[in-house]
Amino acid sequence: MLDPERAEHKLVIEGLRKAFGPLPVLDGVDFDVAPGEFVALVGPSGCGKSTLFDVVAGLEPPDAGRVLVDGADATGRVDPFAYMPQRDLLFPWRTVLDNTTLGLEVAGMPRKAARARAGELFEPFGLAGFERARPAELSGGMRQRAALLRTVVQDRAVLLLDEPFGALDALTRIDMQLWLEGVRAGFGWTVLLITHDIREAVFLADRVLVLGPRPTSVRHEVVVDLPRPRGVAMITQPRFAELEARVLEQVSRGRADAPEPARDSEH
Amino acid sequence: MKAVAGRLRRLVPALVLVAVGLLGWQWYVTASGVRPQVLPSPLRVLTEGWAFRAQIWANTLPTLQVTAVGFAVSLAVGWAIAVAVDFSPWLRRALTPLLVASQTLPIIAIAPLLIIWFGFGLLPKVVVIALVTFFPIAVGLIEGFARTDRQATNLLRSMGASRWEQFRYVRLPGAMPSFFTALRIGITYAVTGAIFAEYVGASAGLGIFMNLQKNSFRTDLVLAAVLVTALISITLYGLTFLVQRLVAPWSRRA
Repeated sequence: MLDPERAEHKLVIEGLRKAFGPLPVLDGVDFDVAPGEFVALVGPSGCGKSTLFDVVAGLEPPDAGRVLVDGADATGRVDPFAYMPQRDLLFPWRTVLDNTTLGLEVAGMPRKAARARAGELFEPFGLAGFERARPAELSGGMRQRAALLRTVVQDRAVLLLDEPFGALDALTRIDMQLWLEGVRAGFGWTVLLITHDIREAVFLADRVLVLGPRPTSVRHEVVVDLPRPRGVAMITQPRFAELEARVLEQVSRGRADAPEPARDSEH
Repeated sequence: MKAVAGRLRRLVPALVLVAVGLLGWQWYVTASGVRPQVLPSPLRVLTEGWAFRAQIWANTLPTLQVTAVGFAVSLAVGWAIAVAVDFSPWLRRALTPLLVASQTLPIIAIAPLLIIWFGFGLLPKVVVIALVTFFPIAVGLIEGFARTDRQATNLLRSMGASRWEQFRYVRLPGAMPSFFTALRIGITYAVTGAIFAEYVGASAGLGIFMNLQKNSFRTDLVLAAVLVTALISITLYGLTFLVQRLVAPWSRRA
C-alpha cells in the first residue's frame, strides 16, 4: 500500500502508541525522516526512547499507529531496519569479522560472500588487520565501530542507533563522533539516533527531536542548520552553542512539565 | 612450556598437603601398631595394590565402561531435555517439577530394585549413573540457555533470525561456560555412581571388588581400589578442561 504523499520520506512514524499493562509509554509519536537524513532523538531518561525504538524496529507491536518505510506499511517488520543496541554485543565465540557478518549470515548469505562484503568495510571503519581478532582484543571504540559495521553491512533502509557511544569514555566518544560524521558522508545512510548527549545530537544530526517525559511524544523539533562536514572547530562556534542551548531548554521544559519525576526504568 | 610449568607449580600446595597427610597416617599406623585389617598403612595399600594389580585392572575396565556408557546416556538425556525445555515454555512447566522430583529419589533404595528389574548387566548401572548425573547437566544447560541477554535476543530478532537461528547463533554458544561447569560436576558424580551401582550388585567392577575385599577384611585392597577410583575421577575431570579448550576455547576463564 503506497501512500504518494509520504513517498518522499524514507521513514514516517504515525501516531505510535504503546502501553505496558496500565503504564502508557508512547502517547502518539509522530515524525518523519527524509532519505539520507540523520535525525537524533533526545529526551529525559526513562521517557520511553528505547520502547520507541523497539516498536519502530518491529520488535514490539504498537497498540496503535503505523511505521511507513518508503511509503509502504512496515509496522511490525524488522527487515527495513538495522538495529544497533546500546551495548556492542560482540560475541566472544566469533572473530571480529564473523561478528560483523552475523546479520548477513542470518539473512542467508553464504559465509564466504558475507565475509568478503563485511571485509571491505574494515578499512573505512578503522578495523583493518583485526578481522581475525577476538572481540576482547579490541578497545572500546573499536568494539563500537565493529558493532556499527555489523549494523550497516546489512544494507537495510534505516539505521537505528540506540545510544551507540553511551558506554565510552569522554575522549573516545568524541573520537567516535568525529569519525561517524566523517564516514557517514560517504555512505548516505538514513539514521535515527537515540542519545542522552545533547552535544552529540547537535553535532551529528540534521534535526533533533525532543521527546517529552513518559508517556512520551515528540515535543519539539530543532533543525540543525550547520554546514557539513563538521569538525571539532564547529563545537566552539556561536551557532552551535545556540542550537545546543535550544535543545537543552526544550528537554528541561519537558521535565518541568512532568506530573511526576521521570523514573529511570530503561536500564 | 612456561604455562605447563606454571600450572604444575599451582598444584604444589595440594601435593604438599597430601604428602603431610600420608606421612602422618604412616607414622600413626607404625607408632600405634593398629592391625592392617582395621587401618593399613599407605605403604601397605600401595604394595598390596601393586601385588593385586592384575585383579584391580580387570575390575577397573568394567567400571570405566559402565561410567562411559552411563555418562553418554546422561549427556544425551540432559541435552535433549534442556533443548526441549528451551524451545517450549509448556515443556518447561511440565518437566521442571519432574526434574527436581527425580533428584529426591533415594538412589540407595532404588538401586537394588533396578537390579531386580534389569538384572546384573549394564542396564541397571547405566540407569543409576544417568539418574545421578543428568540433573546437573540438564539444569546447567537450561540455565545457560536462559541466561542469554535480552538485548542479544533482540539484536538477532532485528536481523530476522528465527527461534532456531537465535538458538544456534547465540543461546547455544552462550551456554557453553555453564555447560562445562555442569559437565565437571556430572563427571565426578558419574564415577561415584558407577562404583555405587556395582557395590549393590555386579559380576565385575571396582564397586563389587571393594565390597568383596571389605567382606574378607582386606581393607588395604579396598583402599587401593578407592585410590584407583580417585585417579579415574581426577583424570576425567581434567579431560573436561581439554574438551572445553577444543570445543569452546573462548569460554575459558583465567
